[in-house]
Amino acid sequence: MILQGKRTWVYDKPPVIIATGTVVGPDEGQGPLAADFDLVHPDLEIGQPTWEKSEKILMEQATDIALQHANLSKDKLNFFVGGDLMNQIISTSFAVRSLEAPYIGVFGACSTSMESLAIASYLVGSGGADYVMAATCSHNCTVEKQFRYPTEYGSQKPPTAQYTVTGAGASIVAKEGDGPVVTAATVGKVMDLGIKDPFNMGAAMAPAAVDTIQGHFQDTGREPGYYDLIVTGDLAGVGHPLASEMLSRNGVPMEQTTFRDCGLMIFDVEKQKVQAGGSGCACSAVVTYGHLLKRIRSGELKRILVVATGALLSPLSYQQGESIPCIAHAVAIEAGNSGPQGGAQA
Amino acid sequence: MAVKGAGRGTKGYKPVSMSSKEYQAFAKAREPSRSVLTNCLKAFLVGGIICTIGQGLTQFFITAFNMSSRDAGNPTVAVLILLSVILTSIGVYDKIAQWAGAGSAVPVTGFANSMCSAAIEHRAEGLVLGVGANMFKLAGSVVVFGVVAAFIVGIVYWLFGIGAWHDTAG
Repeated sequence: MILQGKRTWVYDKPPVIIATGTVVGPDEGQGPLAADFDLVHPDLEIGQPTWEKSEKILMEQATDIALQHANLSKDKLNFFVGGDLMNQIISTSFAVRSLEAPYIGVFGACSTSMESLAIASYLVGSGGADYVMAATCSHNCTVEKQFRYPTEYGSQKPPTAQYTVTGAGASIVAKEGDGPVVTAATVGKVMDLGIKDPFNMGAAMAPAAVDTIQGHFQDTGREPGYYDLIVTGDLAGVGHPLASEMLSRNGVPMEQTTFRDCGLMIFDVEKQKVQAGGSGCACSAVVTYGHLLKRIRSGELKRILVVATGALLSPLSYQQGESIPCIAHAVAIEAGNSGPQGGAQA
Repeated sequence: MAVKGAGRGTKGYKPVSMSSKEYQAFAKAREPSRSVLTNCLKAFLVGGIICTIGQGLTQFFITAFNMSSRDAGNPTVAVLILLSVILTSIGVYDKIAQWAGAGSAVPVTGFANSMCSAAIEHRAEGLVLGVGANMFKLAGSVVVFGVVAAFIVGIVYWLFGIGAWHDTAG
């Protein structure tokens, strides 16, 4: 493995994503990608007395499903890397109790999906581990409760607001095996261009996505056309067009590829009442691990770049009038050697 | 681990160089617009419906229980609060509010919703630290500023001698 440029790891022996597990809630189950998720819950409670417990269950189920798919016992995991949006990342830490794996808790807000996958791939790619699980989760109601208002409170959300995805996504990264491979990962910088509105995260996060995408191309020497698809995590209907316009102004030829956003893919934004689109840690996690990796395995896609975006605010920071610092982490995933299309070019 | 310089063909992309001010203007110009007129009409419609229901209830208490219009006020408010709490508990009030905006927030039903939703949300943290401590999380500021405003208005009334009719009317 080499460090290329300033902040990109490129793997000469690309770590393999041997299995994934995705669990979602009812709204995601009514969205266009429903068929790609392993488990769809018909309600938000999931038989639990508190929202926080429901979120923890999502995480436990996603990790269990990933282990089953990999046909791996949990004691084989060298490390677990993950996090979520709750204070002190309780959903992840509590879920991992039963997993008994050495644990690295991370926080990158909604960029945690790719932050954890980048670290997991680094651990495996550098020879530091054989099997690492990367996972994240979010729940619409826990996020509403912690960051906004009580879930049943009647406040009118502006069209720039986003709808937090209920779900969890887990992946198992291994030194060798069958499946898509991680060929590169670019770590993001904290970007803050002064957006203060917590109901406009898309606009706050767009510059971070642009910076990481450009940093990735600069470090690797790749061009947008190298990828069949570049997706941002949860910029949604407001942030994604901003990012597109900034990239084109900066001279990045994004027209060479397809540029989309997980927050706009997971819901039918026209029909479902989700304002600008989806958000949350689970948004990019379930879209990548459920939908996109399936399309890589089936040969429809060969190379993708997932740029998960996160808004690093707290309820206190915005009440005190602080702007919203944001980050984006990018991971390049390509069809593996044993995939139907074969031949990853790392 | 080897460290390699920037990739084969370093791209001449311009860095993200907008200033905060420029970016905020850039983002603001592309924000989806909200129609004030449509929102006002929706708020008027829903607020009006809630008030009409209230008026109907008052009329009911006056005719059915032979109350004075003043006495009918209290049971009317109680019934509206009950309806709001029921709609909040079955998860409907917030959906009405997304459409109605101020129309469902300003009447007494909105106040009841703010207390009820906070109480439901924090029941998980217990009766004292959860429900008790959080029930006024949103409604608290309404009470505080309502009392402060009433105090100031009361002083103005007292200073200028207006409102004396209250004593005779009562």
